[in-house]
Amino acid sequence: MTNRIAGYDGVAVAVPVTVPYERFSIRGAHWFIARALKALVDGAGISKDEIDGLCVGSFTLAPDSAVGLTQHLGLSPRWLDHVPMGGASGIVSLRRAARAVQAGDAEIVACIAGDTNHVDSFRLSTATFSMFAQDAVYPYGAGGPNTSFAFLTAYYMRTYGAKPEDFGKLCVAQRSNALQFPHALFKKPLTLDEYLNARPVADPLRLFDCVMPCAGAEAFLVMSEDRARRLGLPHARLRGAIERHNAFPDDPVQHRGGWVMDRDRLYESAGIGPEDIDLLEAYDDYPVICMLQIEDLGFCGKGEGPDFIRRHTFEANGSFPFNTSGGQLSVGQAGAAGGTLGIVEALRQVTGQSLGARVENARHALVSGFGMINFDRGLCTGAAILAAT
Amino acid sequence: MSETIKRPKRKNPILKTRAPTLPPDRRSRIALGLVRGAALGNLELQCCAACGAVQYPPREACVRCLSAELEWTVMSGRGELVSETTLHHSQELFFRERMPWRLGLVRLAEGVSLVVHLDARCGPAPSPVIVEAVLDRAGQAALVAKPDGGNTALADEPKLRNFTSDPRFRKVLVTDAKSPVGQAVVRAVLEAGADLVWAGHCEPWKNPPGWPAIAELPKVTLVPLDVTDTKSVNELAAELGFKVDIVINTAEHHRTFGIFGRAGVETARAEMETNCFGLLRLAQAFGPVMQARGADGETSAVAWVNLLSIYALSNFPQHATYSASMAAALSVAQALRAEMRVAGIRVVNIFPGPIDDEWNQLLLPPKLAPSAVARAIVGALKGSVEDVYPGDIAQDWLARFRDNPKALERELGR
Repeated sequence: MTNRIAGYDGVAVAVPVTVPYERFSIRGAHWFIARALKALVDGAGISKDEIDGLCVGSFTLAPDSAVGLTQHLGLSPRWLDHVPMGGASGIVSLRRAARAVQAGDAEIVACIAGDTNHVDSFRLSTATFSMFAQDAVYPYGAGGPNTSFAFLTAYYMRTYGAKPEDFGKLCVAQRSNALQFPHALFKKPLTLDEYLNARPVADPLRLFDCVMPCAGAEAFLVMSEDRARRLGLPHARLRGAIERHNAFPDDPVQHRGGWVMDRDRLYESAGIGPEDIDLLEAYDDYPVICMLQIEDLGFCGKGEGPDFIRRHTFEANGSFPFNTSGGQLSVGQAGAAGGTLGIVEALRQVTGQSLGARVENARHALVSGFGMINFDRGLCTGAAILAAT
Repeated sequence: MSETIKRPKRKNPILKTRAPTLPPDRRSRIALGLVRGAALGNLELQCCAACGAVQYPPREACVRCLSAELEWTVMSGRGELVSETTLHHSQELFFRERMPWRLGLVRLAEGVSLVVHLDARCGPAPSPVIVEAVLDRAGQAALVAKPDGGNTALADEPKLRNFTSDPRFRKVLVTDAKSPVGQAVVRAVLEAGADLVWAGHCEPWKNPPGWPAIAELPKVTLVPLDVTDTKSVNELAAELGFKVDIVINTAEHHRTFGIFGRAGVETARAEMETNCFGLLRLAQAFGPVMQARGADGETSAVAWVNLLSIYALSNFPQHATYSASMAAALSVAQALRAEMRVAGIRVVNIFPGPIDDEWNQLLLPPKLAPSAVARAIVGALKGSVEDVYPGDIAQDWLARFRDNPKALERELGR
């Protein structure tokens, strides 16, 4: 392990915002990001001129980036970042914004992830998602991320003995959480039978293993605790955060993620262990990656995920509260916002602002991100611990 | 021949003929390096000249040592299937029309991972496989994993057939069936399972050895065709162009003169008339209607073969004007390839060295038997290549050409 890194003392995360999701939208990504910014300033009771830092994650903003947004939305930030890391963009944005606030480079940073979803957006986005995807994956069946996660799921099942029912249990529990969350696009209960009998998409993946792309945005503010108190905002403390890219490149199949390399540092900086975590908001575009996060973030050993799932319940009031707003699998995947959904939900839980199912006495929430299937695996991992004040 | 491929049902004439679709064909320039090997049937991956690391997908630098000296190197293809899936859903029309579609994740012996089209005959993961580079219907290089051992012909697997131009059950036009090569091609495509062959012939007074026997073969229909005569070409296309699935253009005119060996341009013009303009006439008459049939069921229009010459690469001064006409024909064939690609129809160029016929009498061996040329053509159709250099001379000249084209020019001019 390298030198101890400085902690995130004095950093507050506040004003959880969800711009309601839509399956398809005729609007641009700018619209969703603008709605998020408006909700942030309204929620904080500040004028938008007080936002002096902006961090954006989006797939569908092209030809703009965060730069174009400043003029589009009339901001003059002194700190600006664009984090093109998909499902890890939320965690990475949080890390960077926290450092900017600690260093005095910005006082209030708006972290916004949002995307639109036109009828043909998903195909266009997967066809040219990355150079490796375009050259070496998409021409093979054009299955999009389903293909990569099918390989990973099949390998994991064969190697560690996971059963379809194990993945199904997570999906069913998340749906149960989603039924209480007003912004979830899925409004009907899901039974294990329905999960198991859903149509195959990419063996062994079935319909309810795959996120549904949609439009929407998620956002939060990062500022000093002092500022949050002066504004009278309920807020969470950032107790630790990690990121890693292209970990374990020599593994023939991605059976572990970068979290394994950095989790000790995460818990050390937070001064707690996995046993102190009250809820886990994991990145869940497919349930197998939930299994990996449960293992790689230290809740059980490698390969023990299936057993862990059989031993626990995952509803908000269960033995292991998990993706308590329903996760992307039941709320929808609003592009890059999928990587911020968990942060926003964790923030609501530890600040007592839950919109749906509530985790009692939630003190410590672990949020995890996973992003950017580049060739045969996801490259970006990240995680953060948010704590109640 | 495998029995797994059944004769397709007759076309329902009420249904609209489907329009051709293609697999995604966008690639980075560096990834197009794969096509160089795949065009010849070789699996070539980048290998670092500095540290020896093999890498995939193609990159602009060595993933291990960052060297920019990356050489496309032939791989064994041996590897292990580490995971697999069968897609039931695709974003692209080409695959939606062919669901379900099996894919594999393969770890090559060289230590790199590949996403591949997976042969149905491969056992479940983990299992040993052989990876080959083929050409997909968009003409792009694609990786295919087949079982390690046993009969693994691409054309015998129902999905991987998509990568071939298998003559089985198809209707073939051989433009000059009278020449020794033409006769051998007729026999070879029939042996490969073609439904019928239209045997083109002109100059009816000529009756060379073997020709009466060809004319009597079942499934062979003689058709008058003079590729130097636009009217003749157009009439034949009007009569049967909408039924032709494969064109094999064997028509050629060959005389053996250097530039100073014969005054005037009459010989050169005659060679151009057949070898270059003949191809152009055929392409204009048969190409568009074949394009329209690129997705006409399991026995759609599928390929166009040009019998060129290794002299098309670099002029052989003893056969100067013939070489020039073949270079011109190659250029036309490249344009034809580009235009046929939108319909998924493959243009295959054959570059033989000297064929053992009357016009190469004075050349020393090795010379190619006409049957060897025919085998090369049928092999290309049953497999998945677009450039074929049959025989030792062609292979030797190709190697010299790729190594140093200026050196080959001097060597041929000696």
